[in-house]
Amino acid sequence: MKEVKYVITDPLGIHARPAGLLVKEAAKCACKVTISVGGGAAVDAKRIMGVMRLAVKQGMEITMAFDGPDEDAAADALEAFLKANL
Amino acid sequence: MLEGLGRPVFSGVAIGKAYVYDPHQCELPVSCGDSKAELEKFNLALETAREQLTKLFEKTSAEIGEEQAMILDVQIMMLDDLDFIESAQDMIAGGASAAQAAHDAGDAFSAAFAAMDDEYMKARAVDVKDMARRLVDILCGGHTGFRMDEPGILVAEDLTPSETVQLPKDKILAFVTRQGSANSHTAILARIMNIPTLVQADISISPEINGKLMIVDGYDGRYYIDPDPAVVSSMVEKLRKAMAYKAELDKYRGKPSVSKSGKKVLLCANIGSAQDVRYALEGDAEGVGLMRSEFLYLGRDNFPTEEELYQAYKTVAEQLNGRPLVIRTLDIGADKQADYFGLEHEENPALGYRGIRICLTREDIFRPQMRAIYRAAVHGPVSAMFPMIISVDEVRQIKEFCRKIQSELYAENIPFGEVELGIMIETPAAAIISRELAKEVSFFSVGTNDLTQYTLAIDRQNAKLEAFHDAHHPAILSLLRTIAENAHAEGIWAGICGELGADLSLTDTFLEMGYDELSVSPGKILALRKKVCESEA
Repeated sequence: MKEVKYVITDPLGIHARPAGLLVKEAAKCACKVTISVGGGAAVDAKRIMGVMRLAVKQGMEITMAFDGPDEDAAADALEAFLKANL
Repeated sequence: MLEGLGRPVFSGVAIGKAYVYDPHQCELPVSCGDSKAELEKFNLALETAREQLTKLFEKTSAEIGEEQAMILDVQIMMLDDLDFIESAQDMIAGGASAAQAAHDAGDAFSAAFAAMDDEYMKARAVDVKDMARRLVDILCGGHTGFRMDEPGILVAEDLTPSETVQLPKDKILAFVTRQGSANSHTAILARIMNIPTLVQADISISPEINGKLMIVDGYDGRYYIDPDPAVVSSMVEKLRKAMAYKAELDKYRGKPSVSKSGKKVLLCANIGSAQDVRYALEGDAEGVGLMRSEFLYLGRDNFPTEEELYQAYKTVAEQLNGRPLVIRTLDIGADKQADYFGLEHEENPALGYRGIRICLTREDIFRPQMRAIYRAAVHGPVSAMFPMIISVDEVRQIKEFCRKIQSELYAENIPFGEVELGIMIETPAAAIISRELAKEVSFFSVGTNDLTQYTLAIDRQNAKLEAFHDAHHPAILSLLRTIAENAHAEGIWAGICGELGADLSLTDTFLEMGYDELSVSPGKILALRKKVCESEA
């Protein structure tokens, strides 16, 4: 189990479009990938409607959790994605 | 005869057969009894929907623009969402037909979005519904079956973006919707298509209206179904007059705007959004004298990115095909803002923190805008115009900022073009020191609405003051003369972009004062050109 914490800097927050890109990125991982905000319930990061319904805004901290065989590589990939896109 | 009212978003008269657009036309088939077979149907429908949306996405990004296309891209991803798919699959396993499952799962997810606190996410409920409806249509055998055999009037509850894209546009004479607003997709489309349209109409959408004779009067905001002969003849007369006037004005299409004594004036259009440029071209504008930036900021939850601004400005510059484009930077204040700006409530917003005062103190807002404008200038002659100026010092600060933006872009190796800098003259202060201001900029454009309100100290929103208001007040005309004289004394051009510019009773006066440009609503250009060509001034 690996965790990545990240504060959203994109002024748009996790809008529909970036949510789609995030889901596409998460779908590449074999392990289970979840995302949660401020201690709330974790949603599957591979499902766009759940991710959109978190309504993440600029300045919010998200926690992504990775659980499975490729969790290290997955955590690195998603962290890089977050830094580059959000 | 049935008659009613609606909010007109575009004027004109249309007479034709009513076509009721009902997205729920088909009855949902029940399960064939074999849930495995229904599941198979559902999966095939997903496949077909994906293909349709991908095609629609390509068509939309090519014909309408990236922003509209993105809506469809998000729908494709929603279609692939496992929460949605599993929910539908569970319903099928429980005995529902593929069509029922797609419909009910769509309703459930769209209700979940509609219940959210976030305005942006709330609005996504329409996208979920649109996506699910597509699946239902496929499962009901083809589409909803909406067809127009002959030109007619489209009556609908409301129209979603993907519905408006697919409508047989060449056959639509008018739109009447029960919902919608001046900024709805239908209204935007109506403006592009120049057809009479009513939104928020008090009409009951029932199949009985289908095929009946209908009249839409976009001047008075009225509609008639099964009109009495007297109404028909008066409306036919109204239509005939509108067409005759239009034909008369059409003679001036493509003609130069020159008065009898040889004074030439550039007649440009004021536009409120990137889509409006088509309307400007159809109105035969010689350029865009005022492109407002506000629409890019309002009706959303966060600041537009530099890229979004650039795309919008670029679209307009490209479509103008060499004609000049004047972009006004953001002109908002406490009375007209979006929540995310976080502007404090003000007692007197007209005299408050607004226009250039925001830009000069908020580089985070000003920078992406100016970068976008400089980048758009690669695609055509683009000028920037700044609102609410009162001093020479403000202009110098702006120029310094623009120099900085140019060196940034240069250092980053991002292509950018020449941008002429001009200012709005809309405060009495700017009018009085216009000689000094003219030494600093390339042009003036007079915002007569604000100049009048500030000079006469009359709030234009206050209906009680109408008796005191005088659009032709000698003080305003005197300022207008001073502004033009001072501009020309320093060798720069001067234009008018306020409502007064379209006031045909002042056209002679403006020509005589020497105004070089008048920028008005796109639909008023030909009438103004006729007036200029007939003028002795």
